[in-house]
Amino acid sequence: MNSTNLSPATYQVDEHGYYGQFGGAFIPEMLHPNIEELRSRYLEIIYAPEFQEELQVLLRDFVGRPTPLYFARRLSELYNAQIYLKREDLCHTGAHKVNNTVGQILLARRLGKQKIIAETGAGQHGVATATVCALMGMECIVYMGEHDIKRQRPNVERMKMLGATVVPATSGSKTLKDATNEAMRHWINHPQETHYIIGSVVGPHPYPDMVARFHAVISQEIKSQLREKTGRENPDYVLACVGGGSNAMGAFYHFLDQSEVQLIGAEAGGMGVNTGKSAATTQLGKAGILHGSKTLLMQTEDGQVVEPYSISAGLDYPGIGPAHAHLFASGRARFYDITDEEAMRAGLLLSRTEGIIPAIETAHAFAVLPKIDFKTEEVVVVNLSGRGDKDLDTYIAYPY
Amino acid sequence: MPVQNRLTQLLQSPRANLLTLYFTAGFPQLPDTLPVLEALAQHGADIIEIGMPFSDPIADGPTIQQSNQRALENGMNIARLFEQLADFRQRVPDTPVLLMGYLNPVLQFGLERFCAQAAALGIDGLILPDLPMREYQTRYRGLLAQHQLSHIFLITPETSADRIRTIDAESEGFIYAVSSSSTTGKTQGLASEQIAYFERLQKMQLKNPFLVGFGISEAAGFRQVCQYARGGIIGSAFIRALEGPGAIAEKVKAFMDPIKG
Ligand SMILES: Cc1ncc(COP(=O)(O)O)c(C=O)c1O
Repeated sequence: MNSTNLSPATYQVDEHGYYGQFGGAFIPEMLHPNIEELRSRYLEIIYAPEFQEELQVLLRDFVGRPTPLYFARRLSELYNAQIYLKREDLCHTGAHKVNNTVGQILLARRLGKQKIIAETGAGQHGVATATVCALMGMECIVYMGEHDIKRQRPNVERMKMLGATVVPATSGSKTLKDATNEAMRHWINHPQETHYIIGSVVGPHPYPDMVARFHAVISQEIKSQLREKTGRENPDYVLACVGGGSNAMGAFYHFLDQSEVQLIGAEAGGMGVNTGKSAATTQLGKAGILHGSKTLLMQTEDGQVVEPYSISAGLDYPGIGPAHAHLFASGRARFYDITDEEAMRAGLLLSRTEGIIPAIETAHAFAVLPKIDFKTEEVVVVNLSGRGDKDLDTYIAYPY
Repeated sequence: MPVQNRLTQLLQSPRANLLTLYFTAGFPQLPDTLPVLEALAQHGADIIEIGMPFSDPIADGPTIQQSNQRALENGMNIARLFEQLADFRQRVPDTPVLLMGYLNPVLQFGLERFCAQAAALGIDGLILPDLPMREYQTRYRGLLAQHQLSHIFLITPETSADRIRTIDAESEGFIYAVSSSSTTGKTQGLASEQIAYFERLQKMQLKNPFLVGFGISEAAGFRQVCQYARGGIIGSAFIRALEGPGAIAEKVKAFMDPIKG
């Protein structure tokens, strides 16, 4: 690992919107005014005292933060380590996604936008967006792949109940990538009154950085909670699943420059990395451009994007956020590919050992635990990004 | 040294009402690229844009999305396109031809190799709508100039005056004025805001002429934009015409004749 050679600042976005060679804003001119407005104003808006005050109140009283850091006794015994779970599943709406949507809706209001669009895979980001739109009385349209609408039914119903319009994306593999294409097209056609709440650390600069900042509260809380519980701020490991990478970036954020903390991402291996049915981007991708940023991307030799596959709708995406591409390329983070089967078994195991049914996305992070040889005293934090209610049908039907 | 090619020559001439057609390479069938190109030149296209298909064309509406999809299913890629264009300049000697597409396939082909091969074939310029200005200035400008390739930038009614000035300074050819903020293929007539936008552009006294694209589908729309602009660009409507039954040459003639009037 050559991470110690890099200066700490290297992991943050640079003045041009890049993380090493990844990032940037590769957008058609139609989106330029919106992206430029965001880029030039996001930091000033987010760090204004009144914004922070409003955000902190919402995070505390609406989202339910801080979320607990829970010592998982039985899991710790099983894997012979000190395992703590960061309970993002206990956020209002059931996943970490709401940290970002609360932040972005406040930002959208300050930009004078009246309408919100979003893409969603698992439906958690869609629900979190529909929720904050209901809270603020704003119109909400969520694009969702037709395939995901079928496999994440409960979340579709929740979005509708919250007053959002769910529009099926019917192109390609009818999953998250296609929903993102449609959301971007909608934004091109309605740029002035609409803000696009992107659901992960993807998209053109400044989205990856902005979304990371809204989720950074996860690692900020981990630090103080860990100090309280163990007397030390830094764990030995942080584990998180990576679709676009927002929950992982939130869990990594305040540890990026602490090289003694090992950062581990779990990607969706699908049926296996070499089966042609996978979404393990760091294994299968190379540098390319999709959805406005240069990042690792699953693609053909001709530069056409490959349709990914995962049992988990939230990880079924052919790219990862540019910051993660940089963490991978620089060796700062390691990525494991987890098959559908490993994830499903890990989800079942967590349910039976700790009484927590995780989202299938999240279960991928837990499937990394048996692959690492921990020392008994080592402190491991797993980011429990979401709960599994939305996945019951899939869990029940799975032939374990 | 300014870029010199068929496009810059045409634009230096006094010719107006420049009719520009976009079509997707390898559509409707893989071998149709050259026949479409030839027929367009024969039936009066002043400038031709060949679209290089991409799996995720986010700035395009349903018509061009589908033509991209079909072309990819037909097996089109940049290497094939260049094979098909091997001696197109013997058949289409004078008409400026531009390649248009999303950046990723070009990057994977290799930027330098792409520029060198395109120039050797007789291509005059590129339209890469998702290429950021800063990338252009730091990496692309020199390379394109070395190969006498123009780069065409898009602007919209929302593009600021400052940015239009920068784009004008960086352009060698024309400026592609998108008629309204939208994906391709929306057909609406010219509203008063659009006319105000074209008049604003006229008053700016830019060094490059502008051509209007997006939303022009037939003769009336083309004539209307030509009152303000050096010409107009038709894409989706022509793609739809190519989808219909009949031989390529006839479909192209039937589409072009009423517009050429
Ligand atoms: C519970 C949960 N975890 C993880 C993800 C993956 O997204 P990200 O990698 O941005 O955290 C999702 C996405 O839908 C999710 O719902």
